Amino acid sequence: MGRILALIVVLTATWLLLSGYFDKPLLLAFGVGSVALATWLAVRAGMADGDGLPGHIFPGIFGYMLWITVEVGKANLIVARQALAVEPKLSPKLFLVPNPPRTSVGKVIFGNSITLTPGTVTVDLREDEILVHGLTEDLSDVAGLRDMGERVARIERGS
Amino acid sequence: MDWGLIRDILAWALFLIGGAAVVVGALGIVRFPDFYTRLHGAGVTDTAGAELMIFAMMLQAPNWLVVAKLGFIAIFLGLTSPVATHAIAHAAWMVGFKPMEGPDLRYDGDRS
Repeated sequence: MGRILALIVVLTATWLLLSGYFDKPLLLAFGVGSVALATWLAVRAGMADGDGLPGHIFPGIFGYMLWITVEVGKANLIVARQALAVEPKLSPKLFLVPNPPRTSVGKVIFGNSITLTPGTVTVDLREDEILVHGLTEDLSDVAGLRDMGERVARIERGS
Repeated sequence: MDWGLIRDILAWALFLIGGAAVVVGALGIVRFPDFYTRLHGAGVTDTAGAELMIFAMMLQAPNWLVVAKLGFIAIFLGLTSPVATHAIAHAAWMVGFKPMEGPDLRYDGDRS
């Protein structure tokens, strides 16, 4: 029930932000109708569970988003330098990284974070490991990715 | 200096850096040697290029509602572009497409 209430609040806030109507009764009524319809469909489709509404990743996810933005920026500079270098010094390789997150939401966040960072792409998700393709030797930083995984695991545990 | 001028200067800087990132990403796609390495070039366009331009647009937005909408776009772009990249990489991996490896860019078992 708490999840459904949270869904209604989030949908209402999204509707108000995206439409920008605060004082037109007819349109607001349509908004209420569409929020109700969306909530009903989400519950009916069985999406109102911990995967569809991952309340447990808040508020840790905000700090993580700031951190990943900085990491992505740093990796961008390295890849851009290789793309512009007269003779790119690439050393591509495939390697396995442990996958510490336990919930599917955590696994998605971790896999997406690896792909979002230029220079590393998630190629295959396995039960306890992730197969990653790295562009150069210093981008294929297993210790750094392990640390990223631990951060995601901490967020999903809520600590 | 008024706020409008500072905003214009910052937005221009972000537009130029973002545009440069898109060009660099495109160069990477053309210059890197094989399929998997080219994905990394596309990553620069996806992240730095797109996001910096959205931040620049936020600085040029006429009101907070537009800023909020651009914020939504930035977040959803950040959530979906890696999914697309992973889908392509995973599809290539599943059909048995092997990447070049090592500093000499050799395919596995390639002894030339």
